[in-house]
Amino acid sequence: MFPLEPNLMIDLKDVRFSYADRPILNGIDLSVRKGEIIAIMGGSGGGKTTLLGLIAGRLKPSSGSVIVDGLNVPKLGKSELYGLRRRIGMLFQFGALFTDLTVFDNVAFPYREQTDLPEAMIRPLVLMKLEAVGLRGAQGLMPSELSGGMARRVALARAVALDPAVMLYDEPFTGLDPISVGIIGRLIKRLNQALGMTSVIVTHDLNETLRLADRVIVLSGGKVHRDMAPDDIRETTDPFIRQFADGLPDGPVPFHYPAKDYLSELLEA
Amino acid sequence: MTRLFAAIETLGQSVTRRVDRLGLAARFSGALFLVLWICIRRTTLIIRELYFSGVRSLSIIAVSGLFVGMVLAVQGYEVLQRYGSGESLGVIVALSLVRELGPVVTALLFAGRASSAVTAEIGLMRATEQLAAMDMMAVDPLSRVIAPRFLAAILSMPLLAAIFSTAGIFGAWIIGVQLIGIDDGAFWSQMQASVDVRIDVLDGLLKSVVFGTAVGLISVFEGYFAAPTAEGISSATTRTVVISSLSVLLLDLVLTVMMFRGLS
Repeated sequence: MFPLEPNLMIDLKDVRFSYADRPILNGIDLSVRKGEIIAIMGGSGGGKTTLLGLIAGRLKPSSGSVIVDGLNVPKLGKSELYGLRRRIGMLFQFGALFTDLTVFDNVAFPYREQTDLPEAMIRPLVLMKLEAVGLRGAQGLMPSELSGGMARRVALARAVALDPAVMLYDEPFTGLDPISVGIIGRLIKRLNQALGMTSVIVTHDLNETLRLADRVIVLSGGKVHRDMAPDDIRETTDPFIRQFADGLPDGPVPFHYPAKDYLSELLEA
Repeated sequence: MTRLFAAIETLGQSVTRRVDRLGLAARFSGALFLVLWICIRRTTLIIRELYFSGVRSLSIIAVSGLFVGMVLAVQGYEVLQRYGSGESLGVIVALSLVRELGPVVTALLFAGRASSAVTAEIGLMRATEQLAAMDMMAVDPLSRVIAPRFLAAILSMPLLAAIFSTAGIFGAWIIGVQLIGIDDGAFWSQMQASVDVRIDVLDGLLKSVVFGTAVGLISVFEGYFAAPTAEGISSATTRTVVISSLSVLLLDLVLTVMMFRGLS
């Protein structure tokens, strides 16, 4: 019902969003083709996670259109939205595993809730997903017994249980050791190729991102600052991206939170 | 003058904040009641919550009931024997328990034992994005997580109150018949003759159902809207216990007046 380029999976046009009176996104234009992996980077509090919330229909934009798989997300009713979400997987920052269920039951959750499959059929499906993330041996553990990296992998297995067409990753590498970062990165790439998914990754991890993504979107001031190939990031002289890539404390993103003049504040009675 | 305005402003803010929250609670309750019928068919979920809220509260309820019944017997006998009607102990104890103490004390204990836990659990599930994850998997947290806990409170409250009253009557029997030496037959027959199933037992159970609804609603509401911080969850848990206890006492007054005003 929308005149879309046929292989466009996600299409955002002039999307604006604000919390209370604080504007977060000031007119984002973004389109993602089927099968693409894009990374969204930018400073903390810059609206990256908000963008995922808008794509998944968890948040409504103040204006602009969000189209996912041909559906106008903000206009959907609850049942249509849930219909769309069955085709979207999301990996949360800390996994968000259900702490009262075992690893096996966590991965079985989407099958038990969303399908009428008998338990005898669910078991091999869950074991296959767990095998894919290398944690078949951990099926009986509770989430509290898992390391951060393992929890993230179980959450990934759960998120892709129903073979979604779109995967959203909210800071999938944050707080993980380098080995786990590598594992998660490789899994994302492999799932993308094996299942033909479209992936949107919100991340701070530049190295892993450059290895993974087909395209890198840099947000700044609530707008798309740059949209470039990973190779171009390494060579760019753009001061904002350089500050980000080289981890410089001061630059276009200031070190100091806005404040009064330092000297005069010190001298105040 | 500006101080006066500031004071009025603060007053107004706290009033509008409360009205806001009341509106939120009303909308939340409406949404919750709409999904109840979906939840009722998920018996395994309700049984699990019945176990955590109801079965795990059994010991505290039974022991408290026993002690309350014993104390009632000691105090009641002391007054009754002044009028030479010590045999009516069974009636006094049974009526106090079935009409008032059973439902009310059970609800207060339930708020402290089970509802506070429900609030903390839901608050933490929200803080750790478990509810968001569920929502993203196209599973409505309201019908999967909230409604079963709410229903469990409604279902377990009358049963627990009945157990509380039973334990209390047993405690009064130990004190009155075994220790003080009231006639066993008089104790039970007077109780049987004076306690009415419709007026006393059913009204008591009805009270319990109302208390269960109120306490259950408060606990899931506070948990669902708890700020996702350590401080937020602790204050939500406190609010559950405080608001539940006050609501139970207030509702009890209203219900008692409605139920028993025509009897005398």
